[in-house]
Amino acid sequence: MRDKVTIRLFRGNANGGTETDYEVTTFPGMVVLDAIHQIQGTQDSTVACRWNCKAAKCGSCSAEINGRPRLMCKSHVEDFADSNGLIRVHPLKTFPLIKDLVTDVSINYRTAEKIPPLTVSEDIPRPFKMQQIDVERIQEFRKCIECFLCQDVCHVLRDHNRKDGYFGPRFMIKIAALSMHPLDTGNRLRQLKEEGGIGYCNITKCCEEVCPEHIHLTDNGIIPLKERVADYYYDPLKILIRKIVGPKKK
Amino acid sequence: MASYSANSREEGRAPLPMENRELDWWLMPLLTVVVLTLFGVYTTFRAFENNYYLYTKNGANYLSPFYSPLLPIAWSLHLPLFGLKMVSPAIYILIFPLAFRLTCYYYRKAYYRSFFWDPPACAVAEPRADARMKYTGERKFPFILQNLHRYAFYAAVVIVIILWKDTVDAFIWTGPDGSHHFGIGVGSIVFLVNIILLSLYTFSCHSWRHLIGGKHNCYSCSCVTRSSYGIWKKVSFLNHNHALWAWVSMLSVWFTDFYVMAVASGMFKDIRIL
Ligand code: SF4
Ligand code: SF4
Ligand code: FES
Ligand code: FES
Repeated sequence: MRDKVTIRLFRGNANGGTETDYEVTTFPGMVVLDAIHQIQGTQDSTVACRWNCKAAKCGSCSAEINGRPRLMCKSHVEDFADSNGLIRVHPLKTFPLIKDLVTDVSINYRTAEKIPPLTVSEDIPRPFKMQQIDVERIQEFRKCIECFLCQDVCHVLRDHNRKDGYFGPRFMIKIAALSMHPLDTGNRLRQLKEEGGIGYCNITKCCEEVCPEHIHLTDNGIIPLKERVADYYYDPLKILIRKIVGPKKK
Repeated sequence: MASYSANSREEGRAPLPMENRELDWWLMPLLTVVVLTLFGVYTTFRAFENNYYLYTKNGANYLSPFYSPLLPIAWSLHLPLFGLKMVSPAIYILIFPLAFRLTCYYYRKAYYRSFFWDPPACAVAEPRADARMKYTGERKFPFILQNLHRYAFYAAVVIVIILWKDTVDAFIWTGPDGSHHFGIGVGSIVFLVNIILLSLYTFSCHSWRHLIGGKHNCYSCSCVTRSSYGIWKKVSFLNHNHALWAWVSMLSVWFTDFYVMAVASGMFKDIRIL
């Protein structure tokens, strides 16, 4: 491993900025977040970055390292330094920039508020008793640490900027966890199709590629939801049967 | 060192180019374009060729998957410029697997990325900046039709059953006296591998996974949902490698047709093993 690497860091805000090179001394197991801390501690204390746990669990240190959406605390310097020992670190590009590596991800919290919480009928005795086979599927989605890397990489939000039309992958799996919940009585399909905009997703799977929790967002979340929406809104046979027999109770 | 100033970026996003990834992302899209195009050209040629799809020499019984089932009549089509033309029966057969693969969730990912560049790769900027707000995903015609993938799956199941029958036939040889007996040729093995891969691809389908159990919310609620949970688990296991099955089954069906074409046209000989 080389003794020093150069961090080419974006410094600036939404009005403009520069990439500035900082040389940092490496140590075994060093991650990119360590390098940023070293710059803050020894070269420039005004570098802005958000972090909390340094254990890939709080989801605060999201950035784009060599153009890849990553958690800085989970990205080894060794793996990212090119042949000249250079690593480029940029802020997330899908959200408004506050300063340097800090972006305003609050749109995600506003989206979360639009999703009705778990709705359980009053007749069900509390606390709920549930079987493992019923919760298994949704446990995967509960691993989400809300790093919003999937929201950052999703081309619907990133390239097409359709934040007005699509909730984004993180919220698709949030709805999936509710929709697949055995006790939830809320009808999630209309929201998915209309306001949530599931049709914008073209299942190109970038969300799944970047998720640090290795959640299968598309395979286990979005595609099953698309099938549920198809059941209700697009399958001519099912629509016909529903017309004849009447709607199924959930 | 580059410096950037805000100009056209919406909502105060970072004034940076959307992508600064090294040029390592284009390999997959390029490979996809090349292989799918070659497969498309080959299939179109073979579908119209209407020849060399059945090999019966020395008692063998190999029928190309492109022409199976053998349609008794070659239907004719009234084509605008060409008048009444006989059309190869393969055309009527191939629409079904074509629809199945075109609407398959995996192939959708593959061609949206490599042919439509929507996006070309993850965190790689889409080239047509002017069309950015016009993107509608799968909400409008024609892509809204992808929602009917399950119907293509139903058709694919029928085709798989027919191809299993052809595979059994590929192991049954006809003697000079007209009797039938078991035998194995290289072609029989090719057929067997192909149908296994095609079955793995078909039954790892996402629509099937939904149908067989994914649609339930409560697995423990009845014995029906309990058993569908078991099947759903197994389908999920297969589904995990759906992309792999998609590729290898495409290559195997390609090779199977090529094999039949090659032995039927005399390009090379089928070797009898048993
Ligand atoms: S699969 Fe869908 S949600 Fe995930 S990144 Fe692609 S378009 Fe966005
Ligand atoms: S789904 Fe994965 S990538 Fe998306 S916010 Fe949650 S942990 Fe991050
Ligand atoms: S600092 Fe908590 S996830 Fe990186
Ligand atoms: S065949 Fe690929 S998802 Fe159905």
